[in-house]
Amino acid sequence: MEVKTAGFKEVSTAETLKVSGAEAVIKSLLAEGVEVMYGYPGGAIMPVYDEIFKYKGQIEHVLTRHEQGAAHAAQGYARVTGKVGVAIATSGPGATNLITGIADAHIDSTPMVCITGQVGSHLLGSDAFQEIDIVGLSTPITKWNYQVTKASEIPEVLARAFYIARSGRPGPVLIDITKDAQFESLDFSYKKCSGIRSYTPFPEVNLLQVERAAQAINNAKKPMIVFGQGVILGSAEKLLKEVVEKTGVPAAWTILGLSALETDHPLNVGMVGMHGNYAPNILTNECDVLIAIGMRFDDRVTGDLNTYAKQATIIHFEIDPAEVNKNVHAHIPVLGDVKQTLKLLLEFLQPKSHDEWHNKFRELHSTEYEKIIKNDLSASEGKIKMAEVLDEINTVSKGDAIIVSDVGQHQMVACRYAKFNSSRSNVTSGGLGTMGFALPAAIGAKMGSPNREVVAIIGDGGFQMTLQELATIYQMNVPVKIVVLNNNFLGMVRQWQQMFFEKRYASTEMVNPDFTGIAKAYHLATRKISERSNLQEAVQEMLASDKPFFLEVEVEKEECVFPMITTGASVSDIRLE
Amino acid sequence: MEKKNYTVSVYTENNLGLLSRIAAIFLKRHINIESITVSQSEVHEVMRFIIIVEVTEEQVKKIVGQIEKQIEVIKAFYHKDEELIYQETALYKVRSSDFVEDFDIQSFIKKTNARIVTVSPKFFVIEKTGERHETESLYEKLKPYGLMQFVRSGTIAVSKNEMPISELLEKFNTSNTIQ
Repeated sequence: MEVKTAGFKEVSTAETLKVSGAEAVIKSLLAEGVEVMYGYPGGAIMPVYDEIFKYKGQIEHVLTRHEQGAAHAAQGYARVTGKVGVAIATSGPGATNLITGIADAHIDSTPMVCITGQVGSHLLGSDAFQEIDIVGLSTPITKWNYQVTKASEIPEVLARAFYIARSGRPGPVLIDITKDAQFESLDFSYKKCSGIRSYTPFPEVNLLQVERAAQAINNAKKPMIVFGQGVILGSAEKLLKEVVEKTGVPAAWTILGLSALETDHPLNVGMVGMHGNYAPNILTNECDVLIAIGMRFDDRVTGDLNTYAKQATIIHFEIDPAEVNKNVHAHIPVLGDVKQTLKLLLEFLQPKSHDEWHNKFRELHSTEYEKIIKNDLSASEGKIKMAEVLDEINTVSKGDAIIVSDVGQHQMVACRYAKFNSSRSNVTSGGLGTMGFALPAAIGAKMGSPNREVVAIIGDGGFQMTLQELATIYQMNVPVKIVVLNNNFLGMVRQWQQMFFEKRYASTEMVNPDFTGIAKAYHLATRKISERSNLQEAVQEMLASDKPFFLEVEVEKEECVFPMITTGASVSDIRLE
Repeated sequence: MEKKNYTVSVYTENNLGLLSRIAAIFLKRHINIESITVSQSEVHEVMRFIIIVEVTEEQVKKIVGQIEKQIEVIKAFYHKDEELIYQETALYKVRSSDFVEDFDIQSFIKKTNARIVTVSPKFFVIEKTGERHETESLYEKLKPYGLMQFVRSGTIAVSKNEMPISELLEKFNTSNTIQ
C-alpha cells in the first residue's frame, strides 16, 4: 500500500505499482491463477480488452460467438477443473446475454466470476447507450455481485469475488465495472481474500451429529446412500468410496453426483430421480435409513414429497444450512464440509455388508434390464437408439471420456448409460435444464482438461441454440467431439405430449438444416450415419481423431425415455413403460 | 400450518443492493412484506432490517435460512410477537377547523396517549406511537373528522432475548480459522 511520510515522497512497498483499473483487472486475475477466460468485447469493456491484448501469453482469452457461450464455457471449465471459471462481457446486451449461464451456475453451484463493463459512472441511471442495471438483474442468481465505480476498489473486490465464488457452497459472482473505473489509475497491490466477517463458508461440524449419524447407519438393516454433487465440490470422492465400502451400503446418485463413484463399482446402484434407475427409486421407499450426501432433494429426485421415504430415518450431510429441511425433513442433519464430516464419520462406522438388501437392488435391476435396458442397447431393427450411441462411446473410450450433455431425452440417456471411471467427468445442466449448454460447456471442459477426451452429446433442438460456437471451436482448434442425436423432434417435450397431451405434438417437430453441412461450413471434420451397421466405425473414427469432429446420428424419431416417475407421482410408482 | 405474524430481524453490512437482494428472497416465494424498516443497529456500521411477514413458521424458517446465506448478512432471526417489544408510529394530519369545533383536545390527547406535533391555523399533526391496534383505533376516531393525511411507519422491534451480534463479529476478528 501507499505510505505517505512527512518530508518524504510517496513511499511504495515493492508490490505497489501504478496501473489503470483495466490493467488491475488482469493483474488480479493473474494473481488468482486464472489461465483462461471466455468472453466477447464491446464498448464498455474495451479498456480491459486492451490489457488482454497486452498480456497475451500470460492469460488466454477465448472469443466465443455469443456471451451465453462464454458463460457456459466458463462453467464447463469450472466443472471439470474445480477452479473458478471466468467470463467477461460488455455492458447492456453483453451482460444480459450472460444471464442464462449465471442462472445455470447458481442453481448447479458452479464457481464462476463474471466481469461486465458498465457505462461511465457519470452516466449511471441516465439510460445511456448499452446501459443496463446488471447488478439488479443478476441479484437473485448470483452468490454475490458488486458494482465497481472506483479503480482503487478493483483488487479487493476481485479478491472477494474469487473467494466467494470458490468457498463453501460455490456459486457465480458478478462484478460490474464502470468504464471510468477501468481508465482511472490506482496503486496496485493484491492480497488474496481469506475471510469475510459476515460470511461463514461452511458451518462448524457438530461431532455429536456425526456420531448419531454413524449410530443410525451401524444399526440400519436396509440403508441406502444418495450422493450428489456436494461430494465432487468437496473433493470427497475417496471418502465416499471408503464409507460405501466399509459399510456395504448401496449407493445411488443424483444427476450431478454422477461420476463421483465409478459407474462399475459393485455398490453403485444407479441414478435416482425422474428418469433414474428402477431399483434405487423403488427402494427409496423401502430403506430404513436414507443417507443423503451433498444433495438437495430436488423435485426431480423426490417426486411427490408426501410419499418420499416416509419410512426412513433421513440423515443429511450438507454444507448449506438453508438446504436442510427445505424439501425433506432430516432426522439427523450433519452440517459441514463433506470432506470433514465423512472423514469423521468413517471413524465411527462399523464394517458391514448388506447382501440380502443388495440382492433386492439386483432383482429390481434385472427387471429394468429385461424391460428397458436390453431393448435400448441391443435392438436389431429400426433406427439407431440413443443408448446404443452412448454404449459405443463407452466401449471405445473405455469410460475415460468426459461426457458433456445438453438437455432433454439424450441427456437422460447419456446420464443413464455413460460409464465413468473418474470424477468430474459428467458435465450437464442439472438444475436449470438449459438447452444449448453442452456445445460451449464442452469447449471449457476440453480446455480445462486437455488430456482427456471430451464428448458433447446434444439433441437437434439444443444444438441449434448455441451452434455458433462451432466457430470458436474452429478458431481455437479445441478438439472436442460433438455428437448430435437427431430425431427431428424436441424429444422430451414430445414424449410428454405423447404421454399427457394425447399426442398433440404442438411445435415439437423440427424441420432441420443439413447439420453436417453446417459443421463443414465451420471447417470441421464431419460424419453422418443413420444405419446401425455404421455406428461402431463412426464412433471409432470420431474418437481416433485429434481434431474437433462432428458426428450426426439419425436416431429413432419417437423414442421415449423410461423408466419415468411422472410429475406428482411417488418415486416407488416409477413406470417402466 | 397456521399463518402468523413473524418479525424477521436481519443484521447486515451497510452495502448498496442488499435491500433488493433480501426483498428478492420474498418475491421469489410470492410472499408479501407487510412492513420493512432499515436502520442503524447497536453495532457500529451494522444495519438492522425489521421485516414483518404473515407466513407459517415453516416458511419463515426457510426465509431466514435463505437470508442468512447472503454474503453480507451477518445474522438473521425470526420472532413471534410475544418475544418482542415492538412499536409503530403513525402521523395524523387533521383540519384545525373540524377538529377544534368538535373536540375537547386536551382530554382527547390525554385519553389516547397521543401527542400533538404541530399546530397551525389550518391543520394539526398528531403523532401516536404504539401497537398496531392503538394506532388503528386512533385512526378510526379521527376518520369521521376528515383526515387530510395519514401515514404509519413500519414496525420497529427489539427482542426480549439478547442478540449477540458484537460477540459474533468479535469471534470473526479473533479466530482466523476461515480459509
